[in-house]
Amino acid sequence: MRSVLSAEGLGLRRTNRWILQNFTIGLGPGTVLAIVGPNGSGKSSLLRCMAGLWPLTEGRIVLEGRDLREISRPQVACAVTYVPQEAKLEFEFTVREIVSMGRYSHRGRFAHETSDDRTAVQDALIRADVAYLAERPVTHLSGGERQRVLIARSLATRSRILLLDEPTASLDVEHGLDILELCRSLADEGRTVAIATHDLNGAYRFADRVALLDSGRLMGVGAPSDILTSGNIERAFHVRSETGSSGDGSPFLIFHRLKPEVQ
Amino acid sequence: MKINLSQIHESPISPAVPPLPAAMAGLRRPAPAGRPHFRLRRMAFLLIVTPLLFLAAVGGIVAGSTHVDWSVALHVIGARLFPFWIDRASIEKADDVIIWLIRTPRVLVAALVGGGLAVAGALMQGFFRNPLAESNTVGVGSGAVLGAMIVFSTGLASKSAIALPIAAFLGALLALITVYALATRGGVTPVSMLLLTGIALSALLISISSLLLTLTVANWEVAEEMIFWMSGGLDKRTWTHVWICAPFVLFAFAASLYYARDLDLLMQGEDTAASLGVDVESTKRAIIVISALITGSAIAVAGAVGFVGLVVPHIVRLFVGPSHRSLLPSSAVAGAAFVIICDLLARTIHPPTEIRLGVVTAAFGAPFFLFILVRKYRELNV
Repeated sequence: MRSVLSAEGLGLRRTNRWILQNFTIGLGPGTVLAIVGPNGSGKSSLLRCMAGLWPLTEGRIVLEGRDLREISRPQVACAVTYVPQEAKLEFEFTVREIVSMGRYSHRGRFAHETSDDRTAVQDALIRADVAYLAERPVTHLSGGERQRVLIARSLATRSRILLLDEPTASLDVEHGLDILELCRSLADEGRTVAIATHDLNGAYRFADRVALLDSGRLMGVGAPSDILTSGNIERAFHVRSETGSSGDGSPFLIFHRLKPEVQ
Repeated sequence: MKINLSQIHESPISPAVPPLPAAMAGLRRPAPAGRPHFRLRRMAFLLIVTPLLFLAAVGGIVAGSTHVDWSVALHVIGARLFPFWIDRASIEKADDVIIWLIRTPRVLVAALVGGGLAVAGALMQGFFRNPLAESNTVGVGSGAVLGAMIVFSTGLASKSAIALPIAAFLGALLALITVYALATRGGVTPVSMLLLTGIALSALLISISSLLLTLTVANWEVAEEMIFWMSGGLDKRTWTHVWICAPFVLFAFAASLYYARDLDLLMQGEDTAASLGVDVESTKRAIIVISALITGSAIAVAGAVGFVGLVVPHIVRLFVGPSHRSLLPSSAVAGAAFVIICDLLARTIHPPTEIRLGVVTAAFGAPFFLFILVRKYRELNV
């Protein structure tokens, strides 16, 4: 499968430690890739590198055949959007203002909002279920609401590739499900989505492909059923897992400690 | 399939996201219950503060130890600005000197200093994502003060009127370059490192300034001048000071507007800003240099005027919101009005003694700032 965004021979070294070590991975068009792995395995770093936010120590990131370093930041921003795990929203912007910022890279510095911009913002507010919060200051929102505002802003960019860093970490079950379904539907519309997540069940159910990272190394990438095997999960997470199937055929995983808990 | 990246600005690379059906369109939530949008407050603020600036400027020109009628003041200014259309013959020499050579430059310097410091404060508060930051945070103010102290203590200040502003400006610039060089590694300047380096260097520069002052106390006349300058003031400001300050402040203000949108994004973190198209490192450099340029020029002509950069943008933000496209021009207008009024009070409260400008700005700024903080604290209920 041809990749729209790929990391080739990727190596990242920060503070005298290799964070990511020499691997190649690509994002196919119209697919959801879930990046999973234990804490500190390099999931967020991989997303940041793929968004061009961190300079690589080795290798290159390729967007539609072009090295990302050859492309200007506003042009990259129109094609690739990164949603951070944590929102730094300390000033009283309204939700609509924050989401509108997703349109900045599409117009000149002093240009006014066009009707196309307003449509994109309204659609994004609705799809992320934050339309009812549009005129509220973001400083007054809960962690989960803020996360949905960031996702709305990424949707407003209308970029082809979305890189989401643990988008469901601070969401309740309903909104977590909403976001995963949204990712699925965006991929079905032809966009490319990559999610760094600890939710292995979500990855199993909604992703087309899963990449398993451990200590900065790519342990494997492929279909969820090929990657999220009990052997791989035990090697990476040091837990035993069982795979089940719900009434509608959706797979799910249950985890157990390898050894009985010490009392 | 290949994306033609040069076409990205003209056309979205993927079709518009179709809206969800109405049943899913956020309608399970109650109707919006937010506050009125900042747009109304923004208009109300400008409708009040812009006339206030004009009135303050007129007041600053007509009021003082010698009262001059406002119609005479307008005549003098009109005749100076449009010499071919307005007759100067009927203007008395004393009025011309008071209005055009003493008070007009003083009011203009007050406006440039006030507007400039407020804009620099707004830039720094956005840059550090901290409403309590100001341009002194990166050591620029202390650098300017040390530059001026050196000129005083070496006796250069008494030989040339321009030596003092130039030294203050160079001091500001050198402090900035030092802080930036120390805080930057591999082309990256973490904001936290910049802040800590600025605080440390600032403390060092202030201690050197204090040392110079201590060593100069034997020569009381010079030491008195140094103390006066450290508390800020606009006495004896001339058109030379306007020309020293105006080009830098106006250029830096225009440049700050260019970066207003980037600053809105930087306030949400560097990753977010970069992801939405901002060249983070070059923008950070530009904002720091703009802020230093304004602060250095303002301190150069008015001495150390405190609290303007801290209080004005903070209060303005409450009315116009955090977006720098409206915050920067509104802060400029409000800061200019604030310093003109403070200067007017400084020279009219206790005649013939002129109270130092820095004393008045702090006397008004600090309690008002405390009031806002306490109110905010109670609102948050923490």
